[in-house]
Amino acid sequence: MEQIKTIPKEKFSFVSGGDKVHDKKLDTKPVGYFTDAFRRFCKNKGSVVGAVIILVLILFAIIAPFCTPYSVAYKDAYFRETLPKSSLFAGTSFWDGCKTKEASKARFKYLFAMGEETGHNAVKNQEYKLTDDGMYRYREDSYYSAGCIYKNFTLEEYARLTKYQDETGVQVIYPTVRIADRPKATQDFEDANYYFKTEGTTRTRIVYDENDNVIPVYWTYKAGEDDSYPYNSLRIEGENGFEKDGETYYYAYARPVPTGVQCRINYYEYYVYNHSYVLKDGISKPVFLFGTTGDGQDILTCLASGARFSFIFAIAVAIVNMAVGAIYGAIEGYYGGKTDLIMERVSDILSAVPMMIIITLLKLHMGASSQILVLFLAFFLTGWIGMAGSTRMQFYRFKNREYVLAARTLGASDRRLMFKHIFPNALGTLVTGSALVIPSMIYSETNLSYLGIINLSSGNITSVGTLIAGGQALMETSPHIALFPSIFLALLMLSFNLFGNGLRDAFNPSLRGTEG
Amino acid sequence: MAFRLRLFISSLNNREVKPMYMFKYVMKRLGLMLLSFSVIMLICFVLIKLLPIVVTVQAGEDAKIVYAQLEARGYIQNIRYDANGLVIGYDRVPILTQLFIYLKRIFVYGDFGIGVTMSEYRNQPVWDVFIEKLPPTILINIYSSLIGVPIGIGLGIFAALKKNKWQDQIISTAVILLISLPSIVLGLVIQYVFCYKLDWFPLTMLSGYDYFSWKMFRSMLPAVLSLCLGSIAGYTRFTRAELTEVLTGEFMLLARTKGLTRGQATFRHALRNAMVVIFPSILSEFISVLSGSLIIESMFSIPGVGRLYIMSINAQDYDFFMLLSGFYCLVGLAAGIVVDISYGFIDPRIRMGAK
Repeated sequence: MEQIKTIPKEKFSFVSGGDKVHDKKLDTKPVGYFTDAFRRFCKNKGSVVGAVIILVLILFAIIAPFCTPYSVAYKDAYFRETLPKSSLFAGTSFWDGCKTKEASKARFKYLFAMGEETGHNAVKNQEYKLTDDGMYRYREDSYYSAGCIYKNFTLEEYARLTKYQDETGVQVIYPTVRIADRPKATQDFEDANYYFKTEGTTRTRIVYDENDNVIPVYWTYKAGEDDSYPYNSLRIEGENGFEKDGETYYYAYARPVPTGVQCRINYYEYYVYNHSYVLKDGISKPVFLFGTTGDGQDILTCLASGARFSFIFAIAVAIVNMAVGAIYGAIEGYYGGKTDLIMERVSDILSAVPMMIIITLLKLHMGASSQILVLFLAFFLTGWIGMAGSTRMQFYRFKNREYVLAARTLGASDRRLMFKHIFPNALGTLVTGSALVIPSMIYSETNLSYLGIINLSSGNITSVGTLIAGGQALMETSPHIALFPSIFLALLMLSFNLFGNGLRDAFNPSLRGTEG
Repeated sequence: MAFRLRLFISSLNNREVKPMYMFKYVMKRLGLMLLSFSVIMLICFVLIKLLPIVVTVQAGEDAKIVYAQLEARGYIQNIRYDANGLVIGYDRVPILTQLFIYLKRIFVYGDFGIGVTMSEYRNQPVWDVFIEKLPPTILINIYSSLIGVPIGIGLGIFAALKKNKWQDQIISTAVILLISLPSIVLGLVIQYVFCYKLDWFPLTMLSGYDYFSWKMFRSMLPAVLSLCLGSIAGYTRFTRAELTEVLTGEFMLLARTKGLTRGQATFRHALRNAMVVIFPSILSEFISVLSGSLIIESMFSIPGVGRLYIMSINAQDYDFFMLLSGFYCLVGLAAGIVVDISYGFIDPRIRMGAK
């Protein structure tokens, strides 16, 4: 201590040697408002996940309709309520279009016989288990369980079909059954899957042989006999009948009807033939990734186009709302006073009108001609008020700031003050606000179409709400119809919620640093 | 209710409230509400009367009587008949006259019109049908509020006290999941799992009028569950947010410093302050009990007002539509007003109108 006290003056010298001391230039780059917001947004993991999911859903809505050969208008009367199937899981018992079922012997044998005849196993791999109470447990393949149907062809169509058979070697037409041998019960008479012996007039019962197998009752005739059937064995070349009791018999494949012939065709193979050979619409075989609806529409296509419609619609409405709301709110907020009071009353009253009333009145007045326009107007009429409100608030906040006063002093016009000087301050809130309104718009659109008040499913457009409503009606037999649209809707809402929370926090600079 | 009263009285005692201000404020708000309501209903009435009249003559009915009925109700006049007695034309009564007749019927006779197009309610007084449909809607929503509000607030308090611990994480995750889940999906999942797969409840609500029997209650439960899960999530989030904000206040530190236990400080000081914001929303929830959810009602086939409304929209029954629209509009307006006014009563800091 003593030493320190007695340091001589000469030992001290100036650090900077007499130079002036300047502030150092900042080494780091300045962070702008949006960069900062983005940085804080990225810190919130939930929001990032939400944003990614939204992106995936939007991509799904854009890309998926191009990836499937089906369209919304596509309907198939036989592949209805078909289960989801993906060729990726071909060998497994997951996502294979099958469903484990337990059925009585009659139903089981009915399906089992389909597989035995055509090789398209309605009972998956023809595997089954007998349960203790005499029931059969098996996996029913919803793609093959339509089996065979009776279908009428004109002679040209028939020739074309037989040509296809000869070219590809695929059997579409199966031996038909005499009217007399078909089931007597009226509800089963048209059912082409009864190619075997049955009895009973009110309920069809299958007759089994001693080995518990079904007994085929195909329409056969002897060689040379019966020339009244013009379409004998035209099927695949090289098939020359079969020997029985020393005589050659042939199967009858067609039955003459007034318009041509009636054939018994395997629907799966006919579908392939019809789409790849006749219609040539790019469908090679029936595979529905998400299954089909109760009307036989492809759920994947419907969902994707419903989603695409929802997104486009919501974004369009949001933009229009934002434009109108911003102008209205700007006038309100900038002029204030009586103008504000009157305009505020108008928007107050409008905002108090329930959505349902607007929709209904619009619908009644505009007819059923364009439901999309009705929906658009309804969302617009109720939606812009929120935008106007937040713009008005921002205008009140900023219109008396010094820089605005300065601009006015310099002679800036009202319009210039409003849109050049004040409006940019409100833009951030407005954009986040309208982004956050999008899910609620999709939600209410879904609700309205679920309730059947708005019916969007015409032509090539459908709505997620319509899909869910259709699925709910068939919930007990095929829950998958409602499952996929529901998952989509839930994911969308969840991710928008997460995303919105993050967005709001990110654009609120007062929260900076509180997250740690 | 007692709680609110205490809050109210304490705020009266402590902070020199001028009751006239509140009275004026309430009157002003009520006046504005009535104005909005009248304008909306007027627009609605005019727009409906501009539509063509739906005349449905069912088999076995005399067309003459149907038209005479419309004339008697003041919709049409000067019905013209051809030689065979068939109606060939009529004039429509001017809309303002119709409005006068409509208002007179309502205020003098309490008559809101009769059902026209829905076969179930044909020629029945609209008001009677409406009153008949009210109980299921109210019951379901009251059950849901009675279950949802206490559980929601309780969970919210718990989460706020355990802030950022694992209990809070679990509750917050569940809340965000439940809040995001659209009521269509939630209802569908509940219907599929509880009503179909587990077979605990019937798929839809039973028909009948003994609303308080156990069987009826059981058939209402899935709808109640779908409604109350959402409100539980809402209240949990709300309570947690409010309470965590209050808990960080400096007066809480003071309360602990002067020797209160954590429980005392939380319930006496923090919770009461948080309730200032939570309570009005509970009030408005109990007002919206009347309106209910259209989605849930149509999903579970609840024979309530919502289903009647949807049916009247789809069948274009205008008298039903007018009454029910007015009802929904009024409930919505009233719920909003109650929130605003009760804010003013409970918390002098937010009292609007007073300067």
